[in-house]
Amino acid sequence: MSVPETPLQAERARTIFEKSRPGRRAAALPPAEVPERPLEELIPARLLRREAPRLPEVSEPEIVRHYNRLSRRNFDLDTGFYPLGSCTMKHNPRLNERVAALPGHARLHPAQHPRRAQGALELMWLLQESLAEICGLPHVSLQPSAGSHGELAGLLLTRAYHADRGEARTKVLAPDTSHGTNPASVTMAGYEAVKVATDARGGVDMDDLRAKVEAEPEAIACLMLTNPNTLGVFDENIAEIAALIHEAGGTLYYDGANLNAIMGHSRPGDMGFDIVHVNLHKSFSQPHGGGGPGAGPIAVSDRIEPFLPRPQVVRREGGNGEGPRFDLDFDRPKSIGRMRGFQGNFGVFVRSYAYILSLGADGLAEASETAVLNANYLKARLAHGRAGRYLPVAFDRHCMHEFVLSGKAMKRELGIATLDLAKRLLDFGFHPPTVYFPLLVEEALMIEPTETEAKETLDAFADAVERILAEAEEDAEVARNAPYTTPVRRLDEARASRRPVVRQPAA
Amino acid sequence: MSRYTAATDADRAEMLDAIGVSSTEELFEQIPEPLRLRRPLDLPPGMGEAEVYERLRELAERNVDAEREVCFIGAGMYDHYVPAIVDAIASRSEFLTPYTPYQPEISQGGLQVMFEFQTAMSELTALPVAGAGLYEGPSSVAAAGYLAIGATGRRRFVASRGLHPHSRETLATYAAGYGAEVVEVGLEGGLTDPDALAAAVDERTAAVFLQSPNFLGAVEDVEALGAAAKERGALLVVACDPMTLGVLRPPGECGADVALGEGQPLGNRLDFGGPSFGFFCATEEHIRRMPGRIAGETEDVDGRRGFVLALQTREQHIRREKATSNICTAQALNALAAVVHLAWLGRQGFRELGELLVRRTAYARERLTALDGVEPLHEAPVAREFALRLAAPVDAVLERCAERGIAAGYPLGRDYPEHEDGLLVAITERRTREQIDALAEALGAAVAAERAEALGGAAR
Repeated sequence: MSVPETPLQAERARTIFEKSRPGRRAAALPPAEVPERPLEELIPARLLRREAPRLPEVSEPEIVRHYNRLSRRNFDLDTGFYPLGSCTMKHNPRLNERVAALPGHARLHPAQHPRRAQGALELMWLLQESLAEICGLPHVSLQPSAGSHGELAGLLLTRAYHADRGEARTKVLAPDTSHGTNPASVTMAGYEAVKVATDARGGVDMDDLRAKVEAEPEAIACLMLTNPNTLGVFDENIAEIAALIHEAGGTLYYDGANLNAIMGHSRPGDMGFDIVHVNLHKSFSQPHGGGGPGAGPIAVSDRIEPFLPRPQVVRREGGNGEGPRFDLDFDRPKSIGRMRGFQGNFGVFVRSYAYILSLGADGLAEASETAVLNANYLKARLAHGRAGRYLPVAFDRHCMHEFVLSGKAMKRELGIATLDLAKRLLDFGFHPPTVYFPLLVEEALMIEPTETEAKETLDAFADAVERILAEAEEDAEVARNAPYTTPVRRLDEARASRRPVVRQPAA
Repeated sequence: MSRYTAATDADRAEMLDAIGVSSTEELFEQIPEPLRLRRPLDLPPGMGEAEVYERLRELAERNVDAEREVCFIGAGMYDHYVPAIVDAIASRSEFLTPYTPYQPEISQGGLQVMFEFQTAMSELTALPVAGAGLYEGPSSVAAAGYLAIGATGRRRFVASRGLHPHSRETLATYAAGYGAEVVEVGLEGGLTDPDALAAAVDERTAAVFLQSPNFLGAVEDVEALGAAAKERGALLVVACDPMTLGVLRPPGECGADVALGEGQPLGNRLDFGGPSFGFFCATEEHIRRMPGRIAGETEDVDGRRGFVLALQTREQHIRREKATSNICTAQALNALAAVVHLAWLGRQGFRELGELLVRRTAYARERLTALDGVEPLHEAPVAREFALRLAAPVDAVLERCAERGIAAGYPLGRDYPEHEDGLLVAITERRTREQIDALAEALGAAVAAERAEALGGAAR
């Protein structure tokens, strides 16, 4: 299918470095106001840079135009539906941006004395308390900066916990449906990753789990689990799983990527988990920023608490009729230490706390309820017509906040792969679902609509899938060569890895 | 209807009907009853937008930020001026609200920004390979440790005490996991002791970690110190302050295998410590061991230039337990702020800003060390931050300065017990000569008052 080049396609990519012209500039700096001594008088010449780094030389209007034009080459959540499974692309309230930008937050130095940062420390403490209640675990550290950072922290906590008991355990179990960060974090924490199979209903295969635990219970350090899992189903055996792991002496880790399904309905702590990470950029509406920033606070049980990262935000009761004071507690002798600098991604905490205040107890529960309703509705819509025939759901049962379809029949019968469907969806103005994950589902499409999408949007998405499949019945080449309307068409990813060009060559 | 949702009662009825259930309760039945929370969460009820704003404003009011006092605190994060275009560009929804660019055809804007960011960081550090950004500074140091173990097969780190205390502590936290020993080398006259460093590095050493300017503000002779690493086949990892790289010799010219650091000074707010980003640059030979995302240039089927996430086979979503790192966050929005700030400064402005910092810092150092009861903690060359010794209790002096609206600096005692009397003072282009003079007056008066009080106490 040949189509004329769109204006955005005709506009070939040029970097800000390629727009540089010697002598142009944007910044006007303040005058020195102090003696302009030669630098060599202040710092030995051999420690000085001879030639300035080749940063672009551009005017301010050119910078603004350059990045505005670049922004038009991005699809974003504010523009359209973004049903990426396990990513929880819910609306990002702009109120949260406004309160995060208040100077009292944005221009507060992280090393400010706690006496002069009481508002910030109280906010962190309130967020800790809120997350503890939502997770059903009493202690929270806000320090980890992402879900995977929370995972690593959780595994280091597990190691410290066992070491404190004089035990050196070596293995961490995780289902084959787990997020890739789970096994990657396991290796970084010095453990061996052991895969657990999935049963016919999409949950943990209990026989496999039992066999792996009973083979060497004293080696099991931890089991990492997402519940609901990446197939979008709740593992009903969780109480039994928890008992099995705890009996063996291991800890139970909850990957909170899918927490948006259960807020106010069920709590990881009540399921028996010892450590939970919460993705503030998923369930708690921090914008994803095109790949960060986020934050991955952890909530833990009493037995894990002594090992939490340092410093910890604490509330101290005031004496003599004074109000409580908030402080940073460094005096934690069993702590695993720092996971990063200063106190964590405070700006993210402000946004997520504002979100929790906005929704409140009822609103959070209703958000999860609506997320589950939306997912099941879209699943039902896609169970009919061509989608039902070519894209059957991988595990046919009610889902929680997301579900997984298999494109196996579509590939076999229509000759288009899940990737082709995803690329064709781009032409219809939708961000595709997560594709080829979880790995155990062939040609997987993992769909998470979130609670903030209206029914009409879900209908429009289902209609688009139907149209693409109908189109493929006529001519598979249309999808195979898609997309047509995006700023660039299919890109050669293999080449970018074979001969990587990761920076603009110097002029 | 809850905030930010759309489903009306009519919608719900239709949707439930399509699903074939009578209520959402049925959908939640897959959660075993004993695990259902049969009470509301113990959180306040939801609030309207104006109420939330007021509540957050009240909390913010109880912080003393750099708008309300003159901030000479640095210690890794600095009160630089962030140009208005950074806010304007970074708040565009097209940059603010997308996910990681998994679909490159509709993510060219973000991917090109990553590519430009990598180019800028590669220029600053003079190393050919740059990643798209890590969480922040200290965890980037720990990530370099993981890279060094993979590259050398060794499990011992030698770290200068000039490395940021948060970096040393984070490195130790991670090392307890992936299994490595951390040996510290002390400072002499503010600088890493070269003899002690050479003695500490052996053939089991995976990496030597230096920072320049180091935590006490001193500019290290990285090339000379790094020779010890080179001789023993260890990697040289150099943490640096990006704002000084317009004037200081870049790590890539000093033999660094990895250069990294905290990116906050470039376009990012103080935000009480985050979010910001970490930058991570390396020599070519380590490109396949880099942590985190990397954007690369390629072409589309019609031959148009485009950008994708490159070298994904290093990453967790493909390699799982064999990944080079578990990191999948690129701090893309923070990196965007950095590249816009750098473009705004431009080649000339970036260098001029570096020079401005060095000159104002020299002025401030001379001015403050001329005060009674204030001495330099070291005489080593400095770029934008310097350390003092006070002849009075540092915390009490800081309190007195705070009363005059000045945050005089960072007390060194907690991180360096050997410098209980130490104060670290940072300069940015926002700290005018007038403010530096006011600091001198406040600090001099505070030290004098504390000494007088101590003498008075002794007399009593």
